[in-house]
Amino acid sequence: MPTTKTERLGIRISDDVVRVRQLTRTFALEVGLGLVDQTKVVTAASELARNTLDYGGGGDVTAEIVEQGGRRGVRLTFEDKGPGIADIEQALKDGFTSGKGMGLGLGGAKRLCNEFSIVSEPGLGTKVTIARWK
Amino acid sequence: MDRIPILKFGNALLVTIQVDMHDRLATALEEDLTSRIVSNNARGVLIDISALEVVDSFIGRMLDNIAAVSRILDADTVVVGMRPAVAITLVELGLSLTGVKTALNVERGMAMIHDRLAGSEADDADDED
Ligand SMILES: Nc1ncnc2c1ncn2[C@@H]1O[C@H](COP(=O)(O)OP(=O)(O)OP(=O)(O)O)[C@@H](O)[C@H]1O
Ligand SMILES: [Mg+2]
Repeated sequence: MPTTKTERLGIRISDDVVRVRQLTRTFALEVGLGLVDQTKVVTAASELARNTLDYGGGGDVTAEIVEQGGRRGVRLTFEDKGPGIADIEQALKDGFTSGKGMGLGLGGAKRLCNEFSIVSEPGLGTKVTIARWK
Repeated sequence: MDRIPILKFGNALLVTIQVDMHDRLATALEEDLTSRIVSNNARGVLIDISALEVVDSFIGRMLDNIAAVSRILDADTVVVGMRPAVAITLVELGLSLTGVKTALNVERGMAMIHDRLAGSEADDADDED
């Protein structure tokens, strides 16, 4: 899948979550996503950035504009070297939280995007990738 | 740290969120509003989110908490001006904000608060009969 633009951002403090939202918005606009789709992918990015910060102990996001079969999309990859997720199925369930959240972030991000994948190894970290296509 | 200003309008408080809030700012607003409801004897809280392009689960939970706390303190919270794209996204996220009253704009939100106050004053008058 060819990538036409890439940008990387660290996620270390809560202001960085705001920056991730802004970066995602810029990329979504550039891809030409409609307003509702922009809002969806920015919201998903916000959820994942906060998880990276709160549970992953910080990490980073790589934003890309990707092209496939004449379609353009925005793809975001969140990576941390935190404790990882032992039971991914449980973590994806709406309502499951190990903290003080509502347990909506992961499941919600999945619903708000066209593509969602999560790779996690206990003790090594977590990598979540989402994409939204035009 | 910056704080979101809270204005007093008669017996209601008005907050206009104009910036993309980071989490600590949202938490500070929740605390500030709670203490202002008490110190100003407020009966209503209007939160104008028409400038917000995104409401995620954190901000959604903040709105829910403010509504719940204000209810206990006998004040009504009305969230006004939610953008349609935000509403659609919130539902898909799984956040229905069932405890939060909403209105299209500040005028209608204010009217909702006054209607309730008028209603409860009428009830009080009934009680005295
Ligand atoms: N990057 C991560 N590293 C380690 N654990 C994670 C990570 N992301 C999510 N989790 C785990 O998955 C759970 C579910 O995450 P999810 O975002 O769905 O809900 P939450 O963050 O707990 O609440 P909400 O997002 O609604 O505020 C978390 O409580 C946490 O235990
Ligand atoms: Mg979360």
